[in-house]
Amino acid sequence: MLRFILHRLGHSLLLLFLVSILGFTILHLAPGGPLSQFALSPGMSQVELAKIAERMGLNRPLPVQWFDWFTGLVIGDWGHSFRDGRAVLDIIMGHLFATLLLVISSTILSVGLGTLVGVLGATRRYSAFDYLATVGAMIALSIPTFWFGLVAIYVFSLKLGWLPSGNMYSIGDESVLDYARHLIMPSAVLALVNVAIWSRYMRSSMLDVIGQDFVRTARAKGLTRPRVLYVHILRNALIPMITLAGIQLPTLLSGALVTETVFTWPGIGRLFLDSLGYNDYPVIMGVLMFTAIFVLLGNLVADILVASVDPRVRLE
Amino acid sequence: MNSENGPKGAGINRRRLLQTGTAGITLMMSGLSARRLSAQDASGQVIIGFSQEPTVMHPHMPHIEVDEGIHFNIFDPLFTVDPEGKFQPALVTEVPTVENGGISEDGLNWRIKLRDDVTWHDGEPFSAKDVKFTIELQQDPNFGAMRRTGHELVRNIQIVNDHELTWEMESPFAPYPAILSWTFMVPEHILGGAEDPNQTDFRNDPVGTGAFKFGERVAGNYILLNANTEYFGDGPYLEKAIFRYIPDMTVLYTQFRTGDIDVIGLQGIQPDRYEQAQQIEGRTVVKMPSATVESISFNTEAPQFKDPEVRRALSLALDRNSIVEAIYYGIPQSTESFLPKESFYYNQDLPVAEYDVAKAAEVLDAAGWMPGADGIREKDGVRLSFKNSTTAGNSVREQAQQFIQQTYASIGVDMQISNLPPAVMWGEYWMMSQFDSVMVGINYTTGPDPDVSNYLSSDGISAQGGAGQNTWQYHNDKVDELLKKGGSLFVPEERKVVYDEIQMLVHEDRPFLPIFQYANLRGHKSDLEGFMANVNVRIETWNVGQWRWS
Repeated sequence: MLRFILHRLGHSLLLLFLVSILGFTILHLAPGGPLSQFALSPGMSQVELAKIAERMGLNRPLPVQWFDWFTGLVIGDWGHSFRDGRAVLDIIMGHLFATLLLVISSTILSVGLGTLVGVLGATRRYSAFDYLATVGAMIALSIPTFWFGLVAIYVFSLKLGWLPSGNMYSIGDESVLDYARHLIMPSAVLALVNVAIWSRYMRSSMLDVIGQDFVRTARAKGLTRPRVLYVHILRNALIPMITLAGIQLPTLLSGALVTETVFTWPGIGRLFLDSLGYNDYPVIMGVLMFTAIFVLLGNLVADILVASVDPRVRLE
Repeated sequence: MNSENGPKGAGINRRRLLQTGTAGITLMMSGLSARRLSAQDASGQVIIGFSQEPTVMHPHMPHIEVDEGIHFNIFDPLFTVDPEGKFQPALVTEVPTVENGGISEDGLNWRIKLRDDVTWHDGEPFSAKDVKFTIELQQDPNFGAMRRTGHELVRNIQIVNDHELTWEMESPFAPYPAILSWTFMVPEHILGGAEDPNQTDFRNDPVGTGAFKFGERVAGNYILLNANTEYFGDGPYLEKAIFRYIPDMTVLYTQFRTGDIDVIGLQGIQPDRYEQAQQIEGRTVVKMPSATVESISFNTEAPQFKDPEVRRALSLALDRNSIVEAIYYGIPQSTESFLPKESFYYNQDLPVAEYDVAKAAEVLDAAGWMPGADGIREKDGVRLSFKNSTTAGNSVREQAQQFIQQTYASIGVDMQISNLPPAVMWGEYWMMSQFDSVMVGINYTTGPDPDVSNYLSSDGISAQGGAGQNTWQYHNDKVDELLKKGGSLFVPEERKVVYDEIQMLVHEDRPFLPIFQYANLRGHKSDLEGFMANVNVRIETWNVGQWRWS
């Protein structure tokens, strides 16, 4: 098991190294740069812009810039934002809480609901509920999050006035209740799509297991229906879901982008988008590396979990 | 100093929140009251929504307009500029002029008298050494100053006493008062000892003399300012000013409708929502003139545009009225000049550009531009075909481009739309005149000052090694001469004659075709008083110190 983990870890580190080179190169070779935002400032000229570029260290050869940045990365100095001069790691950490809050609450919501709908759909195949769930999932997957979010704001904030239309909390009132009230809409909107995905996966995973011999054996032994369902079927059906969860978690980070924008939620997704808009290279690279680490970790954890419940994986 | 991971004291709440998990959330959902949520309460705070995020708190480091929305309230310049374009004393007892002897007749010697009752937010007294420090900081080659123009001419700053100082100018420079009205004073006792002036804590924990003190900044979320109860001037009348960052325009507008924000600031209300916004109960929509002028601008060194007759024809075929009325909902006003109409220096006598497609075709015929085999005009092997660029994603402007494209096609001129992402557009493409033509909005002025050397003087052509933004590569010796003259006169009436002539010459030469002067749509809750349009500054939150709830 340890060898398996070390092997996977080595793989991940190599990948990170490649991501760093690729990301850095593409970012810096893309036309435009962080100086364009100052172009229309009063009294600006190419000469002045060149001076600013020099102070940012942007006129050095690209490999030198990369090496500088990468060595910093390794020792935990991820550089400083071009915009406010703050340390990149601090900036990321400052936005991480918001994203995690949103992602975790919406994951709990979507996994819970999705599993329930999936199990019910599988055990009552071709029932009215199953059809309804299928159609519902298709609709949820087709609706753009952006539109759904705006409709939710229109109904619950503008028309009914029940919920705040955005932000993470009211400044000055940072009670748990206040956070929760702000959290309801964005997490529900973000969960919507994932409920659809989870319920479809869960349904097909259940159906795979239901048809297998050991289930028939369990039934033949005279076990009760619920016992067969929860002990034998569900446990086995959840194995592929672990992998899915590992893959899903990082996409939730990026998937929160649209939701964060609609609900002015100050998370990582929006930080990334903002930094792209300003060509704030250190922050863009920081978020990129952070996400890459997150993705690889997610996969690693999923692999280890699957390997620990399913010995066949380890023997490959 | 300031908390970077969120509001102070929220940690406990957040931990608790994370611990409560879904059970807690479900409980709270049941406890929701169906009352209307509103950001405004009796505590006297105002919430301003911006679609861009202010991130640069140091007023002299490279920044964008939205950052000035914060600077104006934390810091003070020596004197400010009011909506009429008049200077009003802030940190000085009187605005230096030639009349009161603050500036010598030749514009070379300056004397500044400061108030003696001003303190920095940390309690230290404000004095002449802070002024000296601020100006010298702009000249420091090791400091990445945003604007050196004007400051680099200052020599020999002498501190007479704590509240008086003098300096000399290398050459007379009339725009300097306007530049000073945007130059926020920073504390010498905090920044003076910095090892590297570019890397200071001040960047995230500014200390000024202004109506508000810096409270905290939660990156990507908001900036909170607290009232400076010791403020020497008028106000502040609010305990808190909160600047929320709401990146999406639709969401920004929605939060203005719901009342989550009290004021909709920079980028404001989209023109197509103007009608609807005026119907919202309890909200006031303000049409604020801006000094920015929208133009079709030519690279006059490009072979298609070297011939002034071509530019004249393109002006004749430009239907400004339809663009303003139909595409921009009649919100901006058409203009003939690069100066805002509110400016004292605006030339009222410029002939109104006519729109006459038939005449445009005649002009091109007369100038020898004849339709070729494909119907596109050409002359001496140059086809009258060119690219027009602007920043991609501005749908209204793109409609205007398409509209112009059609009209031009009808007179045998081929305009191809080739739009670019802002980061590309405003790079060397713009600065080094790598374009054929562009459609851009530019603020040519320096605050209330009419000096436009940066854009129209021939030594401001970056593509030819100059230092400026004369990206149309416009070169007119007479204009050069007048710009020099206008920049060295200190009596407004005398200067006006010069700038009137400059406007007339540029109008005849047409390096760019002005279409309209921008009007920005902003809005606030109707019971907020003191919100004032000021065409001489770049941001609507220049005077939050005077805002109050009725």
